[in-house]
Amino acid sequence: MSKHLQKPPGVPLREEDFEAQRVLSVMYRPKMRYSWATGVAIGRFLKGLRAGKIIGTQCAHCRRIVVPPRVFCEWCFRPVNDWVDLPDTGIINTFSVSYISTDTTKLKTPIIPAVIEIDGTTHAGFLHVIGEAKPETLKIGTRVKAVWAESTKRRGSITDIRYFKPAEWKP
Amino acid sequence: MTTEPIRVEGDFPVYFRYTVGVAGEKFFREIMENGRLMASRCSSCNLNYLPPRIYCERCMSRLEEYVPVENEGTVEAFTITHQDAEGNPLQEPVGVALVRFPGAYGGLVHRTIDVLAIGDRVRAVFKDKKERTGSILDIKFFEKIS
Amino acid sequence: MQIKKRVAVVGAGMTKFMRRAQETGKELAFEAVRQALDSCNMRIEDIQSVALGSAPDAFDGVHMKGEYLLDGAGAWGKPYSRSFVGGGTGVFSLIHGWWHVASGLFDTCLVVAEEKMSSCLPHPQTAFLTIFDNMIERPLGPNLIWIFALEMQRYMQTYKIPKEQIAQVAVKNKRNALDHPSAQIAQKVTLQDVLNSEVMAYPVQRLDISPVSDGACAIVLASEDVARKITDSPVWIDGVGWNLDTTYWTNRDLYFPRYVANAARMAYAMAGVRNPRKEIDFAEPYDPFDYKELHHMEGLLLCRKGEAPKLTAEGVTERDGNLPVCPSGGLLGVGNPIAAAGLMKICELFWQLRGEAGKRQIPGDPRTAVAQAWGDLMQIGTVVVMRG
Repeated sequence: MSKHLQKPPGVPLREEDFEAQRVLSVMYRPKMRYSWATGVAIGRFLKGLRAGKIIGTQCAHCRRIVVPPRVFCEWCFRPVNDWVDLPDTGIINTFSVSYISTDTTKLKTPIIPAVIEIDGTTHAGFLHVIGEAKPETLKIGTRVKAVWAESTKRRGSITDIRYFKPAEWKP
Repeated sequence: MTTEPIRVEGDFPVYFRYTVGVAGEKFFREIMENGRLMASRCSSCNLNYLPPRIYCERCMSRLEEYVPVENEGTVEAFTITHQDAEGNPLQEPVGVALVRFPGAYGGLVHRTIDVLAIGDRVRAVFKDKKERTGSILDIKFFEKIS
Repeated sequence: MQIKKRVAVVGAGMTKFMRRAQETGKELAFEAVRQALDSCNMRIEDIQSVALGSAPDAFDGVHMKGEYLLDGAGAWGKPYSRSFVGGGTGVFSLIHGWWHVASGLFDTCLVVAEEKMSSCLPHPQTAFLTIFDNMIERPLGPNLIWIFALEMQRYMQTYKIPKEQIAQVAVKNKRNALDHPSAQIAQKVTLQDVLNSEVMAYPVQRLDISPVSDGACAIVLASEDVARKITDSPVWIDGVGWNLDTTYWTNRDLYFPRYVANAARMAYAMAGVRNPRKEIDFAEPYDPFDYKELHHMEGLLLCRKGEAPKLTAEGVTERDGNLPVCPSGGLLGVGNPIAAAGLMKICELFWQLRGEAGKRQIPGDPRTAVAQAWGDLMQIGTVVVMRG
């Protein structure tokens, strides 16, 4: 090996080096906020959730149904115009039991994030959480049903579905 | 008729701590302790980098020689700003100058208290030593040398 | 595709990988470049173009990081460009530089990858928040680890893989890293240490995960005729490939990285590798999590689907095994300054194929190797095949 690589450069610091001001540093806290346009498809989806409905789209060419809806099909690369009302039931594609929150703080009561595939859709799972369930009873393929927020509390958000709970199989 | 939720509000909740780096430690400590500007020197390219770097951008050799730079320089460019970073009007307009220093490659952008013209001679005015923290703000502003 | 020039790696350099570096991003880049140039006795004047790789600006907290890093990367007054495909950037930056030379446009190219994640507070992971969809995912309060936990669970349940077999990867890579002078978290840990470590989001535990890191790497590329003047032992880039799956991560088959397989097939075809299981002597797949090394071995077609955990448990992927995997120590042991971590894998191929890897050297004179990284929204595979 090249002699240069025996002692690679770099000065590692510890958090205490900053606290004791052994090294100089500059803090910067950006004050940015954002306002994102939902766009056509997600706007309609969120409006549907407020009304207690799960709305998807179907590609007229490949017949694939997806939710949340999209205005074009990425497989066929064609516009999509067919809106479909979907059931609020499906299966768990995969799940986890999370002991950390968004900002990595620890949770005493874990969250159960999952990828949910709504009945009738193809390769179109989406992220949500599972409730009213013991983690050890869940598995891939477990059937679930949406638990909705009360209609007066729904505001056109993915959280208008509070969570999905395990459900009986109803053909 | 649009009752659709068309916008989602959000933020990006991160903040940053930048180390001043190896060359930055020399530069800011010299300002803090001695009220003096310091450049790093590339003798093969005959360039004195201000602010200093640990390398010469021309020949990529490692720079380990530091040389003092006078606190007096020349205005390369000048503006007066009437708005803050968020576009709000300022009560007092702020002068901002790009200052070059004799024998140094680079320069500093900083506040001024005078209305300046390109070519004016200016001098760095430092805070009292006990108030300095090793920051570019240890220089209060540049003032015109009459 | 017409490749005008065969391209060789002739020099490599890297900094230490550290949780917090005193050096600025520019200074880290310079240190790696200086090492790389010195390793092949080249001057910056000999470099005709510079290809930079760096991941999200929000880690360093510097917008337009490419421009910011320019001088430290040795790109003053040169044709210079930055590529960015998330975690896949490190290996992609080599492909980016390869293109400059393979096309005949330049005879030499310096490839630089840098990341300074420690600038980002309260935790660099927070910068990942906006990779989630702002409308349908972020309101649920997701954490980046969720994605990996969900993928790992899907992989484990599909092939009925015991967690012990996955944890073995963390044990191996952290131990391999003990022989790497740049390593950040090289250590001897036992299987039980990994299995008993804090559960973050089941099945992901603390020791399944690579660390947050600062660091930089650099590689010098040259066309064949120029390379032979620089060194007697150039290492050839014989195949490159990259491929992306859908940006809807929840729509993918999480148990198998099809995009890695597509990228690998592209690279193997270019390199004339017909049977990767026999022809690849060792591999550096991307291992930010222990299960990802296994996932990627399968994506790289180095074994059957679901077979990588068993091979690992049997010791096949140890340095003295039949198919050494991550002899460097990988991201799990050396560290994970995102873009630099990918280019570190290219450095390892270079040193191993030249027999210069010191205590890490794989026995038996390895001739052909593959490196791979993974990123964007967990959907890109970037693959390079190199020969000594």
